[in-house]
Amino acid sequence: MAFAAPKETYSGKVYEVTIGTEGAARIGGENVLPFHAFEGNVPNRPLVAYEVQDVAPEDWPDMVKKPYAAVSADPVKWAQYCQNELKAKAITLRLVGTHPDRDNRSPEDAAKTVKDVLAAIKVPLIILGSNHVEKDSAVLVAVAEAAKGKNCVIGKAQEANYKTIAAAAMANDHKLIAMSELDINLSKQLNILITQMGFDKEKILTDPMSSALGYGLEYTYSVMERIRLAALTQNDVTMQQPMLADVGFYAWKVKEAQASEADLPIGGSLEERSIAWEVTTAGALMMAGAELLIMRHPEAVKAVEKFIDELM
Amino acid sequence: MALSGVEIFKLLPKTNCKKCGHPTCLAFAMKLAQRQATLDSCPDVSEEAKRILGEASAPPVRPITLGAGDKAMKMGEETVLFRHEKKFVNPCAFAVEVKDTMSEAEIGTIVDGVLNSEIERVGQRLRVDAIFVNNASSDAGTFEGAVKAIAAKAPGVSLILGTGNAAAAEAALKIVGDKKPILYGANASNAEALAGLAKNYKVTLGVAAKGLGELTDLTEKIKGLGVEDMVIDGGARTAKEILEQNTFIRRAAVKKNVKSVGYPVITFAQRDDRMLELLLGMLGVAKYASIVVMNSIERWKNLALFTLRQNIYTDPQVPMQVEQKIYKIGEPSPESPLLITTNFSLTYFIVSGEIENSKVPCRLAVLDSEGLSVLTGWAAGKFTASKIAAFLQESGIENEIKNKELIIPGYVAILSGAIEEKLPGWKVTVGPREANGLPAFLKAR
Repeated sequence: MAFAAPKETYSGKVYEVTIGTEGAARIGGENVLPFHAFEGNVPNRPLVAYEVQDVAPEDWPDMVKKPYAAVSADPVKWAQYCQNELKAKAITLRLVGTHPDRDNRSPEDAAKTVKDVLAAIKVPLIILGSNHVEKDSAVLVAVAEAAKGKNCVIGKAQEANYKTIAAAAMANDHKLIAMSELDINLSKQLNILITQMGFDKEKILTDPMSSALGYGLEYTYSVMERIRLAALTQNDVTMQQPMLADVGFYAWKVKEAQASEADLPIGGSLEERSIAWEVTTAGALMMAGAELLIMRHPEAVKAVEKFIDELM
Repeated sequence: MALSGVEIFKLLPKTNCKKCGHPTCLAFAMKLAQRQATLDSCPDVSEEAKRILGEASAPPVRPITLGAGDKAMKMGEETVLFRHEKKFVNPCAFAVEVKDTMSEAEIGTIVDGVLNSEIERVGQRLRVDAIFVNNASSDAGTFEGAVKAIAAKAPGVSLILGTGNAAAAEAALKIVGDKKPILYGANASNAEALAGLAKNYKVTLGVAAKGLGELTDLTEKIKGLGVEDMVIDGGARTAKEILEQNTFIRRAAVKKNVKSVGYPVITFAQRDDRMLELLLGMLGVAKYASIVVMNSIERWKNLALFTLRQNIYTDPQVPMQVEQKIYKIGEPSPESPLLITTNFSLTYFIVSGEIENSKVPCRLAVLDSEGLSVLTGWAAGKFTASKIAAFLQESGIENEIKNKELIIPGYVAILSGAIEEKLPGWKVTVGPREANGLPAFLKAR
């Protein structure tokens, strides 16, 4: 007897979003669950963006500081290294040095860093603030202006500061990341608030907030899965934005990515264990629907890219 | 497909005799439909009704058990496609492949790895669950030798006997047939012989097909031969194929009640590239495998996969919890600080992680707040002064520490007076609001 494949047809579709100019990348555009090319269209693969910071990554664990030791004091060199040596398809510049508890760099400083990095690379740029709600309002407005014409992604706009950031992204024709805290309704609400300002709903990326393997991954995983199901099965136009997974930031903070073999004998080799933490977090969130992944370790990116090759 | 209450009602005696404990047959039928009652409470139900209701109430993915004894694992019984709908029921097993062509030393190393793989995480004991013995030599004697050696070295570990050769299978079953192994390797050419062995030794049969059409034919044929317990493999080996086949199998079983694929799935995730193998294993855990077979089981990979399996198989309605007790972090002396927090696992992980980062040895009292975080637990009356006081008094911690001082989370500073009232002789200190303030706070003391 033949097996009748129970294919689904979905009423909705994820918006296709283009990032960058010269070496533009596209994400989203599919009308099926992640990698379900067997029942619909999956025009674009998930995009992995290497993370670069405006200040040296003193707080990163050694294992992921090491690959960038020669370049990480200078964001321009660091970004070029990712593009030229590691063949990054996109770069994320995290302006962590603007945080009041770090170097408290000014919006003007940040704008200059952004200009310098943009001048040095061809691949698309994602520009993130320091996640300090008030400071990000000022910093992201300045950098959106500095990056005008480059079709960047600006983020992250949150409930407390989305108005100024969205306005700046709109005025300078960028894409915008809308971040809410692990709740499908909050995520939907923020998208609605931003579109009510006149922001094009097809220029938003949703960040439902990531979490690391073993530290709340199940929450992000299910929120992403539910957002994607709402987009596809209910054709909910406020939930059809491509999703962001800020993987490295969360994965490299936890014990399993840092503890020595002596301190965590059950975890085996630290080198592989720490990379495995980023790899597994990224892989699982991709299965749940993430299309833009921000990652740190070159070996982790390599593994994830190979896996995507096998899935596409 | 499950029957509705009214459909079930039509099959019941309609006597309203109340012997089942329900006021009417209709009320009983409604409970049956919700799976809150079982048919055996009705003394008068007909054989015909039993047959129909039994079939309709069987779980869409048949339950099977791998192995015997305290390490036996239940599989199948899944009812949903997405974990937010309802808990995924039986976590998948991780198996490592051993080829019978390997040297004795190589096999020994892998078996040792399995035996030493057990860890504890968030109150659960986790381990590599099984060894897949592959009859790569195609020789019955060689296979028998490998199975014998493994069974002698690791008598408690579950086995999957990977062979399509009936003579090899029988030789192995003579050794380990009573330990509920899975006999994997039934295909179109050997189905009768292997089904016969599975019946004789009462073991689960692993069915290996090329494609889901062939798989359906095979499981129906084997069921016709009298074997009910199967695990299935549609031949998918790449990530793309595994996602497609596992999705179709789960969907067909759960949504269309297709019995011929209503069995646990075995997924082969082997790769020489170990990070890629990890990702294939991840795919199996996330997407519907009941057994994931791998080439290697390094500790780093086990830890990542065990943790992922916990994440995916946790009940979305119930927060993950850790055990209520006083945990030691580092090697605390009687003078070391004592802190308290709730038993929501994320809270525990974050707080204990930050205490570890501080390098200050501490005691961390974790109160059972039914898995709520500090603020929610306080608001819900699960993290209160009287509960904290009772917990500390019953713990006997007073005898272990010199200074009766308790550090409470900054968010519940309001509790400090009430705790001091209920714990005479104790001093309550308010700690930082967020866990990331703990290293600075502890170092400054």
